[in-house]
Amino acid sequence: MNYFVNEKGYYGDFGGAYIPEMLYPNVEELRQNYLKIINDESFKKEFHQLLKDYVGRPSPLYLAKRLSAKYNANIFLKREDLNHTGAHKINNTIGQILLAERLGKKRIIAETGAGQHGVATATVCALRGLECVVYMGEIDIERQAPNVARMKMLGAKVVPATSGSKTLKDATNEAMRDWVNNPVDTHYIIGSVVGPHPYPDMVAIFQSIISEETKKQLKEQTGSDQPDYVLACVGGGSNAMGMFYHFINDENVKLVAVEAAGQGVSSGHSAATTALGKEGVLHGSRSILMQTEDGQVVEPFSVSAGLDYPGIGPQHAHLFKTGRGKYVSITDDESLQAGLLCTQLEGIIPAIESAHALAYLEKMTFTGHENVVVCLSGRGDKDMDTYMKYFGL
Amino acid sequence: MNRINKLFQEKPSNILSIYYTAGFPELGDTLLIAEELERAGADMLEIGFPYSDPVADGPVIQASSKQALEKGMDLKTLFNQLKDLRSRINIPILLMGYVNPMLQFGVENFCKACAEVGVDGCIVPDLPMAEYEEHYQEIFKQYNLSNIFLVTPQTSEERIRKIDELSTGFVYLISSSATTGKNLQVSQNTEDYFARIAGMKLKNPTMIGFGINNKATFDKACQFANGAIIGTAFVKVLSEDKSATAIQKFMKSISE
Ligand SMILES: Cc1ncc(COP(=O)(O)O)c(C=O)c1O
Repeated sequence: MNYFVNEKGYYGDFGGAYIPEMLYPNVEELRQNYLKIINDESFKKEFHQLLKDYVGRPSPLYLAKRLSAKYNANIFLKREDLNHTGAHKINNTIGQILLAERLGKKRIIAETGAGQHGVATATVCALRGLECVVYMGEIDIERQAPNVARMKMLGAKVVPATSGSKTLKDATNEAMRDWVNNPVDTHYIIGSVVGPHPYPDMVAIFQSIISEETKKQLKEQTGSDQPDYVLACVGGGSNAMGMFYHFINDENVKLVAVEAAGQGVSSGHSAATTALGKEGVLHGSRSILMQTEDGQVVEPFSVSAGLDYPGIGPQHAHLFKTGRGKYVSITDDESLQAGLLCTQLEGIIPAIESAHALAYLEKMTFTGHENVVVCLSGRGDKDMDTYMKYFGL
Repeated sequence: MNRINKLFQEKPSNILSIYYTAGFPELGDTLLIAEELERAGADMLEIGFPYSDPVADGPVIQASSKQALEKGMDLKTLFNQLKDLRSRINIPILLMGYVNPMLQFGVENFCKACAEVGVDGCIVPDLPMAEYEEHYQEIFKQYNLSNIFLVTPQTSEERIRKIDELSTGFVYLISSSATTGKNLQVSQNTEDYFARIAGMKLKNPTMIGFGINNKATFDKACQFANGAIIGTAFVKVLSEDKSATAIQKFMKSISE
């Protein structure tokens, strides 16, 4: 079974580039050049140098002793929260900004949900001196205020998306519209493994550093580079794809992707895409998305802005459909409790997104010797308001 | 021969095509507006089937789509409304919308329903040429339905030739790379682009759309193509006043 993209831009039934003609030249330019650029020695050197000296990689793989004792397994946390800017998102933005420079682009646009991708994009734009415009849902601007301030200080223009549910999906629509209107000098840094081919593959390659490092670190720490499980949360699916990437062909490693159930899968306020969705096209690729019978996209719901998205990347849809990955979901309440637990047992305040992955440990049963890696995709600073309100702190 | 081809044969220049959103401003308005437009001199109509996430559209058509969805418009309802289309309207009709509603309806079902009610073609901006060619072209042919592709100032000559080859009906020239509703500013660049395409002597007729909003831009477009398409400017009229008088007044402002 091939779990990676084929020459037509598909993962099994999913993927492709369903874009209006206005976007074709840009997407085609990317498609023709991305592998050539990424595999170029000077690109690789610059990318890895920045990941090391600027982002602070490799991020630690930390054996969380007290969580391990609680769950009766060896729980390792892949500490993407320790990256510069506080999440995995910067792995992708560093890669894409270097690529945009090589394509001669002068202006960068991005969408953001939790604001982590917006901050990561604004950061690399400041680093390289490029103009930056970030689209963000009006509701997310409210619930992730600290990140809005960071983007502004970094020099980005933050444009509120006021259509639809005023969250990540709508910010993505606005970013795509901007790209339609600025077809020549602009590069769109998509923040997850979504969008038209080659984005899902390109973003997965940039994020694959997560599993590349994890393998080495596991080998050093446990003697084997193969854990029993890897877990990650899924909004669009970039931290999960980064966490899965180098394990996908190790069929004895179980891949667990955790979606946001919101107030419950059947509550009508959920973002559990694989549970509630059907095959269709959203934001330029064929995947699984939450939609009505008529093909209208359903507004998702999650306490976590980064998971509040009605679709998943096409490679995830393929892993789901083939059964290679297990796709599960966690409610708002469960995730917030797991966030508190991790804070109190390990002294690590996780992003609410990442807390979804941690929460699933509660639902697994272990026999004491399993090695389990959880991708701690980001830190919880941006979520303090939500945590404080929820726990009455 | 389908009605689109016939139109271009009979009227090779100054074709005025109007876009509007089905079910807007009221659910039941779809055919009434078509009748008024035909009466007021429209040569062809593009009826938009609304989608929740129209990424090629600007605020006006986004808003009309949203309102139509809220009123209950969907493809089933639309095809029901179009049942007596051909007893009421003679000019060519295209359906325009995004690929996902069409996929959920089933592409074959969609084409069949179009053929049954007498729709002549469709425009699906986010259905890429490669995908169409591989999976859907045969179905469209079977139902004698034209599929219209877009060309922008950035589309390469090679690709335009390919689009021309695959097209039946006409080729839709986007006036500038933009979402709908940005008023066209005819610059030297725009004229050069229109002239470049005209010089390519495509086998299909061409229509220019996006940003055509008044007589001046309509006439300008008609110098370079067989006609032009007005969308946002008309939807704006409907959102303020959908009466026959308002529709006639708008149509007169373009053609007189
Ligand atoms: C910390 C963190 N984790 C996860 C996500 C979800 O994105 P993805 O599924 O692409 O990893 C986000 C998105 O903003 C995030 O900020």
